[in-house]
Amino acid sequence: MKKRKERIDRGIKARSSDIFALSSWREMLYLAAPRLLPIVGLLVLSVALSIYWQRVLLSVCVFALLAISWDILAQTGMISLGQALFFGAGAYLSGIMNHYWGWPPYITIPLATIFGGLLCTAFLIPVLRLRGIFFSMVTLVLPLMLVRIIEATRIFGGTEGISGLTALPSRWVEIYVLIIVLLAALFGFRRMLNSDFGLILKGINDNDRSVMNAGINIYWFKIQALFIASSIGAFAGAFLTHVYLFVGMPVFALDYSILPIASAVVGGIGTLAGSMLGAFILVPLSEILRGLGGLRIVFYGLFLVVFTVAIPEGIFHYIQRKYHQFERWVEVE
Amino acid sequence: MEATPLLKVLNLYKNFGGVQAIQNLNFELAAGELLGLIGPNGSGKTTAVNLITGFVKPTEGEVLYRGLNITGRAPYKIVRLGIARTFQMVKPFYQLPAYKNMIIPLYSPRVKQMIGGKYGDRDAVALDLLEEVGFERDAYVAYKTASALPQGYLKRLELAKAIALNPDLIILDELFSGLSLAEVASIVPIIEKLRQKGKSIIMIEHRLKELFRIADRVLVLNYGEKIAEGQANEVMESDVVKKAYLGSEV
Repeated sequence: MKKRKERIDRGIKARSSDIFALSSWREMLYLAAPRLLPIVGLLVLSVALSIYWQRVLLSVCVFALLAISWDILAQTGMISLGQALFFGAGAYLSGIMNHYWGWPPYITIPLATIFGGLLCTAFLIPVLRLRGIFFSMVTLVLPLMLVRIIEATRIFGGTEGISGLTALPSRWVEIYVLIIVLLAALFGFRRMLNSDFGLILKGINDNDRSVMNAGINIYWFKIQALFIASSIGAFAGAFLTHVYLFVGMPVFALDYSILPIASAVVGGIGTLAGSMLGAFILVPLSEILRGLGGLRIVFYGLFLVVFTVAIPEGIFHYIQRKYHQFERWVEVE
Repeated sequence: MEATPLLKVLNLYKNFGGVQAIQNLNFELAAGELLGLIGPNGSGKTTAVNLITGFVKPTEGEVLYRGLNITGRAPYKIVRLGIARTFQMVKPFYQLPAYKNMIIPLYSPRVKQMIGGKYGDRDAVALDLLEEVGFERDAYVAYKTASALPQGYLKRLELAKAIALNPDLIILDELFSGLSLAEVASIVPIIEKLRQKGKSIIMIEHRLKELFRIADRVLVLNYGEKIAEGQANEVMESDVVKKAYLGSEV
């Protein structure tokens, strides 16, 4: 009996990647497994982890959301250096609504998500015409400016911030709400980017003149992408506010801007799943390295450098490529 | 009374810093006419098109489309009125299949308006449009990624993207450049078909022989100024044009 190697996806993918011809459970599993992995993985982690690591998982999910938000903007040709703006806006809005008006979290979080998105979009509309590094500079500066405004005018608690906010009912609510939102964002926005609407967004990134030449108002599409991305960031901020029960100037910190970018770069830009994967590697790594004290940043930096040099395409793209190249032995008749 | 021309360019000026890219440009285009826009490199042909389509704002002067002043309007608004153009440098989405490249013009509000709703399946419409410009359906050319296509097909794709918008005026910026004689010969019938449908066309071309066969009228630019306008053979006989093209008196 002669045997030869055959790529597993040969029989599954016919001519175009849209057309699938499935003929067995094994083939269905081949397609479903990568999609089931994050769902099952998150559910298992949520139960298996200790309370401390559950907290870390919360922060991982928050950074994953910020990385997804960054990736959506990057797909549209807007390189943001200020995810902290979205995060901070959401955090402060929900904090204010909860502290001053006494609204419960299940109202403040959704409202902060929407109004945080609107507010950040309004902030950035004047600079939408800027391209490349000029847009990035503005996004970098805005959160820093807001911090100084809060410090100087002493509004919303000034440097002390607002504390004693309402907590979410339990740590299980915390973790599962966040996991559901993260998975919904991942699958939903991946679908969006693969739709015709997403094609226009990517088109703006690739060649905005050509898109304009089709009679499409690219600024309107950029505004929509901006609103989506900033709403995701605002949700992350609003949610974490009700976990930490505190909101203050640290929500505009550079961490919330830089770490999402690092996650997207390590994980792989353009797939959203890559950005999420990046966050799931970098945030726990930062926790593990905590024991090293001051040298933590050095090792963390080294890791970043090694990864970006070794796999410049990003871990997700690398795994995806290998997954498509899986082979099996088949009998030759 | 004379009918309003489809396009009227009045005293158009454009300076880039100290460079006079376009000086006092005046011309008219009647509905259904094919105008050739020629001139040596750097004579302002593409700038003229950019001024008409709104990609560059003029320093002075007016562009009237069906009697409507469209000077300095945003490009996407001008496209919605029915002026489509191609670019000299084709820049498709290289990683996407050819037919997916058509989705962007098909997403245009102009197309939506014409259909009176939404396309059921843009992919199917894209494949039909591509077949019209010569993407052989049987050979699955339209399914190939743009990066795998030869220049001839990329130029056709660029043309199809303009046609998808169902414009009344199509401006083709050096559509024939970089194509073989056979490829040009296969595109000419497409342009003639567009004319039969009553479309007006402005063609920027360096391939004069091919252009003169189909153009009703040509306009010659040199250093941003119109130096001649009229029938192709008459224009090429004029001394100023010979001088501009060859650099000296012949």
